[in-house]
Parts: sequence; structure tokens; C-alpha cells
Amino acid sequence: MAKLEKVHIQTGDIVSGAVLAGLGIFIIIEARGWEYLGPDGPGPGFFPLWYGICMIVLSVLLVATTLVRRASLPDKRVNWGEVGRALAAWTGLALCVGFLKILGFLLAFGLFTFFLVAVMYRRPLGSALAVSVGTSAGFYLLFPLALNVALPVGRLGF
Amino acid sequence: MDAFGYLLHGFAVALSPPNLLWCFIGCFLGTVIGILPGLGPAATIAMLLPLTFKMEPTGAIIMLAGIYYGSKYGGSTTSILLNVPGESASVVTCLDGYQMAKQGRGGPALGIAAIASFIAGTVGVLGLMLVAPPLAKFALSFSSPEYFALMCLGLAMVVLLAGESMTKALLAMLVGLWIAGMGTDLFTSTSRFTFGNAEMLDGIDFVVVAIGIFALGEVLGNMEGRAGTQMLPVPKGLRNLMPTWQDMKACRFAFLNGSVIGFLIGVLPGAGSTIASFISYGIEKAVSKHPEKFGSGVVEGVAAPEGANNSETGGAMVPLLTLGIPGSGTTAILLAAFILWGLRPGPLMIQDNPTLFWGLVASMYIGNVMLLVLNLPLVPLFAQILRLPVYILYPVIFGISIVGVYSTSSSLFDVWMLAAFGLLGYAMRRLDYPAAPLILGFVLGDGMERALRQSLMMSQGDLSILVSRPISATMLLLTLLILVSPLFKKANAWRVRVIG
Repeated sequence: MAKLEKVHIQTGDIVSGAVLAGLGIFIIIEARGWEYLGPDGPGPGFFPLWYGICMIVLSVLLVATTLVRRASLPDKRVNWGEVGRALAAWTGLALCVGFLKILGFLLAFGLFTFFLVAVMYRRPLGSALAVSVGTSAGFYLLFPLALNVALPVGRLGF
Repeated sequence: MDAFGYLLHGFAVALSPPNLLWCFIGCFLGTVIGILPGLGPAATIAMLLPLTFKMEPTGAIIMLAGIYYGSKYGGSTTSILLNVPGESASVVTCLDGYQMAKQGRGGPALGIAAIASFIAGTVGVLGLMLVAPPLAKFALSFSSPEYFALMCLGLAMVVLLAGESMTKALLAMLVGLWIAGMGTDLFTSTSRFTFGNAEMLDGIDFVVVAIGIFALGEVLGNMEGRAGTQMLPVPKGLRNLMPTWQDMKACRFAFLNGSVIGFLIGVLPGAGSTIASFISYGIEKAVSKHPEKFGSGVVEGVAAPEGANNSETGGAMVPLLTLGIPGSGTTAILLAAFILWGLRPGPLMIQDNPTLFWGLVASMYIGNVMLLVLNLPLVPLFAQILRLPVYILYPVIFGISIVGVYSTSSSLFDVWMLAAFGLLGYAMRRLDYPAAPLILGFVLGDGMERALRQSLMMSQGDLSILVSRPISATMLLLTLLILVSPLFKKANAWRVRVIG
């Protein structure tokens, strides 16, 4: 079990290191398309090229040190249940943002709140409904009415 | 006008009814978010920033600063009553504060935390008032090479103390620089990293990044669990909150220690209040006649860190206001706020905007008094906030984040970016990448690139301009020493110990 846990946390460092190395390569490729040094001094490609190079060097260093020090790194278990909860909440948020254009803020946010309260926190449906209606109403009273701040409006007109 | 005259003018500004109200609102909100575990001042200021765009800048900065130092007061309440720090600077307060509460001395622990915060917070503002004007005068001699070197030094300090892995902190900072570089290049109008998207031509709004990384990242991290916390009984009545004469006598040195250490650490970019509180606790323990009792509920163990984390606020304002260099995620957001209001913190800030600077200083004196009043008799009332269910709190934070971003640009694309940065913020938390270097890299990235390119234009492409001028050479040498210090075992052991 301990071996499996160790693999989990180290995999995170290796994967993130690889992703950042890829980002560094992308930055360098893009930067090479812009002027590096012109008659008036450094061009738009100058600064990105250097931080792109630094990013690759550091990412490789992160991956290499993780692999070398694998045995001595502390055991930290990744609790996928916890990660799943956070990702479920984020998915709810992403759906809410996606529906803003169609449903408008009040309805999309109300549904998102209902999901958080009823599904994520397993509160009774009545409580979830009360919280979602209450928060949406609160936002409507505070922002458009009291502070004159516009909220995203959907196809239904609100 | 001399400093005293300016201060009087500042009090006239801060005591005007609207500014007094903004100061109170800031202190009140700061106390509330300090009490709420999992919602820090950086996230709160980022969320409220869009709402301040219609405000007069002096009132807005008075309110946001109130949130910043007010959260330091509130943070002690949960440390003492719940053994859960309201924000990272209050971690060390748990050690003795919670033990005191378990022994039935929660009232005096909360009382001494408020008194230490008041004394040290006031000393910190005094330090800001005395140190900022001469430092600003000195910084007037800075040109592009010095500014570039200064930003390198600031980023290096933040990277050094941001997290256990300096490699990850550096990588986070580089990602911040990359995000800052998105959009149209100011020198040549070249589009960079826009992915062919017209909405990216203006770059990514600071509010989107700050709210996503701090507010949504924090909330998503907190939503991993569902478990509640057990709060110890809240002492009622002012008499039960007042420390005894013996307590006050025992804390004499702790008040001084917290005030001085907090301010000095605050002036250093990157060190921050968490480190200030740990160092002052360590000093207090080292000079104590009974060091073995620390951790079992000694009152000095509460006074020293609470004092340090409040005095640090005054110190942190020094580089922010005089050099335009923020030392932490929260001050980076304050810097962005200044820029969004059309102000540019730096050597000319005090000279060009005396009303704003001295009004802010005076408001911090007033705010500390307000916070003492709020945090002594009203602690039982504030503690009730802890009974607010998270299933109400978190949706509200999500909602404010969406509205905050949408109100800035009326763009649903920005709201999508907010969700993306929220996921990035959460991933960074999970993978132990510190957020502060990313935000600092993002805030300073544009200015840093501009300073470097202007320096090289001055020298016609000759990099030696950066090391041929004494001030920039010294700062770059210090930057290099900071970056290589973890290679030395003793220095790295100290660094890891300080980070905790």
C-alpha cells in the first residue's frame, strides 16, 4: 500500500514537470517567431525565449530530482475521494458558466447552488431549494438593485 | 509641510464620514474573513476589487487595507477556540492559544491576542510612516536597470520562502510571467500567446487570475472534505476576556518582540506574516525563563506571534507604496488595485498623492483602534460566524467570484477563464505549488519585461548595463545569492525551518 501511495504523489510531480516542460517548449517555439533583437533593442521574443528556457531547465530538474529521490520522499496518500469531490464541484461550476448565456445568472447559479447543497453536502431537498432560491434572490437584491451591477442575462430575459 | 503636518492632513482625510465608514467596513469584513477558516484576505480583496472601481480611490484603498490588517485580528479567534487557524499567519497561535482555551483561559487568550495585535499593529503603522518617505526619496534615483534588478530581488525573496520546493516556486513564478506576457506587446503591437482569440488581445485581466487562483482554488480545496469542527466554549462578557495583570507583565517583551520583528520581516519582500509570527515565537521561546512550557498554554506564546503578524502589515506596505514591489499575494492584489485605479505605487507615490498616502496611514491608526473595540467585547458575537454552514458560505463565494469578474468586463469569456484559473489554483494546492510566486510573477511580469527592454535600449543591447551600475549590481548579486542559497545545506535547513 505504502508503495502505491508513494507512486501517487511522485507521479503528480513528474506529470506536472512534464506538462511545464511542454509549456516551456511551446513558449520557445512561439517566441522564435517574434523578433529577438531589433535596431531599437530587444523585441517581443526576447523575454519569453529566456523564461521558456528557464521553464524547461527547472521542469527537467523537478522531474529528475523526483526520480532520483524517489525512495527518500515522504509517503503522502492521494485521497481520490476528496479530489473527486472538488472536481465534481468544479464541473458544476463549469456547467453553471456554460449555461449563463442560456439561463442567465439567477437561474444557472440557483441550479448550481442546489447541486452543491443537495448533492455535495447531502442536505434535504427542501433546505437545498431554500438555500438556492435565497442566494439567487440575495444576489439579485444586492447587485442589480442595490449596487447597479449587471448580472449575465439569459434568453429568458433575466 | 512636514511629516506631522501631513499626518494631521491624513487624519482629516481618514476621519471624513465616508472614509471612516469604509475603514469600518474593511475592518469588519477583515475580522469576519479572518475568523472564517479557508477564506483568506487575498481571496476576499480579489473578490471585492471589482466593486471598488466605482469608488473614490482613497476610500477604496482604506477599505481594502482594512480587510488586510483586520483579517490578522480575526485569525486568532479560530486558532484559540477551534485549533484551526483562520489564516496561515495564525498557525503558531494555535500552539499556546488552544491550550489556554482548553484550560478554561480562552477569554484571556483572545484578550491578549487583541491587545498584542493593537500594540504591534500601531507600531507597524508608525514604522511605515517613518520609513516610507525617506525610502521613496532614495528610490527616486532608480532607473530601468535598478527597477529590473529590484523586481528580480523581490521575486527571488518570494520564491525563496514561498514553499518547501524552490523549484516549484520558480516554476509557478515563470507561469505567472507567461500569463502576464499574453496579449499585445506594448513596444511593437505584436500579439503574443493569444491563440488567435481576439478576446485575448488585451491580455488576461488581473481580477480573473487573482479570484480564480485564490478564491476558487481555496474553496475547491476546502470542498474536498465535509467534516465540521468542534468549537470550545466562547467566553462571554468583557471581564472574562481581559487578561490579568500578571499576563500583561509576562507579555511585556512579547509586545516589543512582535512589534519589531513583525515590521522588519514585513519590509522584506516574500517573508510575510506567517514567517514573522514563527520567528517572533521562536525568539520569545529562546529568551523565556521557562521555554519548556511553550506549547502548553503560555500567554507570551500568543502575544508574540499575534503581535508580529499585525506589525508585519505596516512593514509590507513600505515596499509596496515606495517601490511598487509587493511582498506577498495579498499586497500583489493591492498593487493591482492601485494600477486599476490609475495610480502607480513607487517613489513618486507619496509626493504625487499625499492625500491618499497619509489618509491611508491615518486610517490604519484609526482602524487598529476600531479592531481593538471590535475584537475585545464583540468576540463572542463574531465567533457565531463559525456556525454559518459551509453549504451556504461556499455557493456565496462562487457567486461573488462570478459576479466580480463579469462586472469588470461584461465578458462571459472572462468567466470561463475564471473557472479555468480556479482549476489551476486547485491543482497547484494539490501538487504543492505555491500561489504567491505565480501572482507576483503575473503582477510584476509586465513591468519587469519593460524595465529589461528599456535598460537594453539604453545600452544598445549591452547586458552589462545591469551590472555596471552599483545599485542594480548589488541587487542582482543578492538575487543570485538568494537563488543559490538552497544549494548550501545549512542555508537550506534554515529556509525549510523558517517555512515550517
